[in-house]
Amino acid sequence: MNKRSRRKVLVLALVFGVSIATVLGLTALEENMLFFFSPTQVNAGEAPQERSFRVGGLVVPGSINRLPDSLTVQFEVTDNAENMTVEYTGILPDLFREGEGIVAIGSFAAGGRFVADEVLAKHDENYMPPEVADALKASGQYDYSGKM
Amino acid sequence: MWNWIQRFSSPKHFYSMSVPLIKWFAIAALVIGLYGLYLGLFVAPTDYKQGDSYRIIFIHVPAAWLAMFIYMVMAVSAGIGIIWRIRLADMVAAASAPIGASFTFLALVTGSLWGKPMWGTYWIWDARLTSMLILLFLYLGYMALQSAIDDQRSADKASGLLAIVGAVNIPIIHYSVEWWNTLHQGASVAKFDAPSIHIDMLIPLLLMAVAFKLFYATMVLVRTRNESLYRDRNRRWVREIVEKL
Repeated sequence: MNKRSRRKVLVLALVFGVSIATVLGLTALEENMLFFFSPTQVNAGEAPQERSFRVGGLVVPGSINRLPDSLTVQFEVTDNAENMTVEYTGILPDLFREGEGIVAIGSFAAGGRFVADEVLAKHDENYMPPEVADALKASGQYDYSGKM
Repeated sequence: MWNWIQRFSSPKHFYSMSVPLIKWFAIAALVIGLYGLYLGLFVAPTDYKQGDSYRIIFIHVPAAWLAMFIYMVMAVSAGIGIIWRIRLADMVAAASAPIGASFTFLALVTGSLWGKPMWGTYWIWDARLTSMLILLFLYLGYMALQSAIDDQRSADKASGLLAIVGAVNIPIIHYSVEWWNTLHQGASVAKFDAPSIHIDMLIPLLLMAVAFKLFYATMVLVRTRNESLYRDRNRRWVREIVEKL
């Protein structure tokens, strides 16, 4: 093997080795890379009880309840299987809507209520003008699922 | 074949051949970029959910695509430089790094500015944002290695290996939104299904992507020329150019 092809083999071996190591590393991390828990997982007791964690789901239409004389708001999130109630005090992001995906960061307070310190709206990958959205809704093709 | 490649990849030959290319790439980038911006900011319809805020997509997405594209150019050039010892390839890699770092930074900043009103936060450690931040660190690491080692060949070898190893991050950035639950939305354009973006928004987006690529082509040629002058400062072809000034 001459020098040039030896360098070629070395570089290819390096790329291959690092790729394998990364795949193994990421597979091992999979569990910890979980960004949020679903309401089903939370109701099944899989979420940590002591420290804070994230809950992700869709805001249940009609469930938003603003408490009078405060910024506190209560709403339900769902993964289309189970629901849970989230309580939050503060300003909600622009994309917070009924039926849209959100991620809430918080922990269980006394009485088993989930109190969020932060509510983030999750945007989906769909971009279209309002007229197109209206047309899709009218024809029943609009995707309300707001994929999480 | 080998002699032919060596002759055409000589810095001296590149230095004179690149002059007309730079001019045409720059003009094309300017024209397509201005037209894309006009379509994106004035002609494209507002979004049904985000209103006008979505228009940052015409900067953010082309910048992020270009940041990844430049990294692949850098890693492949570094590999060519290491395996075949083509000096021009090492120069292209070194010239690309600061441009790539700038566009990574631009993608991170524009995303952050959009994230605050839309998501409710400037930053979140989800897989997409974190892997993009790692890309910025890879660029900065490459530049640091380049300037830390005095001997040019050792510097190219060390930083080139970093560039090649770091290329594993590129598919991670792209697939991060599919492999993990992320706050960042999935791909709207770069996927096998039909794009999830209206055609009147897609056209300016693609025009901007082309304009950004042409801008990079212009900048990498200019910077590689400078790099070749600097590295060959003691060679005869550079001295001849200097004497003519």
